[in-house]
Amino acid sequence: MQYMALIYSDPSLEPAYGTPEFDTMMHGYFALNETLKAAGVYVSGEGLQDIDTATSVRVRSGKVETMDGPFAETKERLGGFFVINVPDLDTALHYAAMIPSAAYGTVEVRPLMDYNS
Amino acid sequence: MHRATPDPQAVSRAIDVLARTDRGRLLSALIARLKNFQLAEDALQDALASAVVHWGRTGLPASPQRWLLKVALRKAIDLLRKDAREDRKTAEIARLSLDEAAEDGTDDIPDQRLRLIFTCWHPALESKTQVALTLRTLGGLSTPEVASAFLDNEMTMGQRLSRARAKILAAGIPYAVPGPEAWAERLQPVLTVVYLIFNQGYSCAAGDRIRQLGEEAIYLARMLNNLRPDEPEIEGLLALMLITEARRAARLGADGTSIPIASQDRKLWNDGRIAEGLAMLDQAITRRAAGPFQIKAAIAALHVQSEPPDWPQIVLLYDSLLRMEPTPVVQLNRAVALAEAGTPEAGLRVLEMLAPGLDAYQPFHAAHAELLSRCGRTGAALAAHDRAIDLASNPSDAVFLRHRRVQVAENG
Repeated sequence: MQYMALIYSDPSLEPAYGTPEFDTMMHGYFALNETLKAAGVYVSGEGLQDIDTATSVRVRSGKVETMDGPFAETKERLGGFFVINVPDLDTALHYAAMIPSAAYGTVEVRPLMDYNS
Repeated sequence: MHRATPDPQAVSRAIDVLARTDRGRLLSALIARLKNFQLAEDALQDALASAVVHWGRTGLPASPQRWLLKVALRKAIDLLRKDAREDRKTAEIARLSLDEAAEDGTDDIPDQRLRLIFTCWHPALESKTQVALTLRTLGGLSTPEVASAFLDNEMTMGQRLSRARAKILAAGIPYAVPGPEAWAERLQPVLTVVYLIFNQGYSCAAGDRIRQLGEEAIYLARMLNNLRPDEPEIEGLLALMLITEARRAARLGADGTSIPIASQDRKLWNDGRIAEGLAMLDQAITRRAAGPFQIKAAIAALHVQSEPPDWPQIVLLYDSLLRMEPTPVVQLNRAVALAEAGTPEAGLRVLEMLAPGLDAYQPFHAAHAELLSRCGRTGAALAAHDRAIDLASNPSDAVFLRHRRVQVAENG
C-alpha cells in the first residue's frame, strides 16, 4: 500500500537555520532518504518552501479568484511529505516516526487512494 | 440426531449460544480469509440468519461452527458478487470459492483471535472505539449492548463500529500479532483497556448490562491468557480482577451503600475466585518480571489475606508501582496506605501536595476527609466530605460518603 506522510510543524518550534540542531535535523532527513531507498519503500518526498510563498486559487462561477497566502491560517503548517510503499500501517508508522520533524511537529499518515481496487 | 422434528426453541437457544461464545473465533477465522473486517462481520451475520432458517428445518448440523464458517464464506462471495465490477473482485471471488470448496475438511477452525485482539486494539483507533470494537467482536455483545455500556444510542455506536471497520481496511491496519520487538509495548495498553472495561463494570452499581462488564473483562483476560500463556502481566491482570470481583457480593449494603473493604462481610466473598486469583498471582511472580498489574494484584491480595492488612508492605508495593506509573492517583493511594500504616500526618502531608491535580477526583476528597478527621481536624474534614459528595458519580458512593460525614460530625 502507498502512504503519504504529511509533515506538519510550527516553524517557530523547529531549530533555526545555522544552529547545530538545524544541521542535525537536515542530516536526519538525508539519512532517512537513504534508509527509505535502501529498504525499497521510497516513492517520493519533497520539502515545501514556507507559507509566505503560498498563493491560493479557487474558481467560483467560472471566475478565477487568486489570494495571497495559505487557505487556512494555522500554527502548524504543511512543510513537506514522503510517499512510501509498504505492506501495512504499522510499517508506515515505523518510518513516519523516523522523520526528524516528528520530534517538533506532527506527521499525519494517510493511505493513498487506490483507483484500481 | 433426530432430524425430523427439531425443537425450534432448542435451535434458537443453540444459535444464541454460538453467537455469544464462538463469534470471536469465527470472525477471526473469517477476517483471516477475507482480509476485510466489515465483509466478515456482514457475512457472519447472514450466516447466522441462514442458520435460523436451515437448522429450524433440519436440526443442528454435526459441527455448527464449521457449518457457519462455510456458509459465511459463501455469503461473503455473494456479497462481493453484488458489487463485483472489476477484475480484482473477480479474482477475489475465485480465490474465496476455492477456500469455500476446501472447507469440508475436519480440521479445527484455527484460532486467530490473538490477531483480532491486536487489530481491535490498534493505537490508530481511538480508545473508546478500541473498547467498543472489542466488546462487539470478541466479547460477543450485540451493538445495542455495547451502546448501553457506553450510555450511547444504538445508531451512534453502530456508526462508530462501522467507521472503525472501514478504517481498518482502508488504512491498512495489520491483522497480525505484534513481533517480539513491539510485543511488550503493544500488550500493556491492551491490558489497560481490559482493566478499564472491568472498572467501568465495577464502579456502576446499577444496570445489569454495565455490571456484566466485570465478567466480560475477566472473560477477555482469560482468553488472552489462553492464547498467550506464561505472560506475567496477563496473569497479574487476571489475578487482580479475580480478587477484586470476588468481593462483589460484599461491596454494597442492603440499602445500596458502598461498604469499604475493612467493614465487608467476609462470608460473602467468593473464596474460589480469591484462591484462583492468588494462585494466578503466585504463578506470575515466579516468572520474575514485575509489572504494574502484578503489583496491583499483590496489593489486592494483601487486602484480602489478613485483617487489618499488612499496610507497611502495601506502602512498599505502592513505592514500586510509583516508579512504573508516576501518576497522582497512585500517589494518592500510597498516601492512604501510609496513613493506615500508622502515620496519618505523613499521609495527609503527601495528600495536600496532590490537591491541585486531583481537585475534580472524588476519591481524593473522600481520602482527604478521612485523614483530616483522623488528625482531629473535624471542620476541614466535613468540608472535604461535602466536596466528595458533590463529585460522587454513583448513588452508592454518595450514600456511603453521607454516612461517613454524619459519623465525623457526631464524633468530632
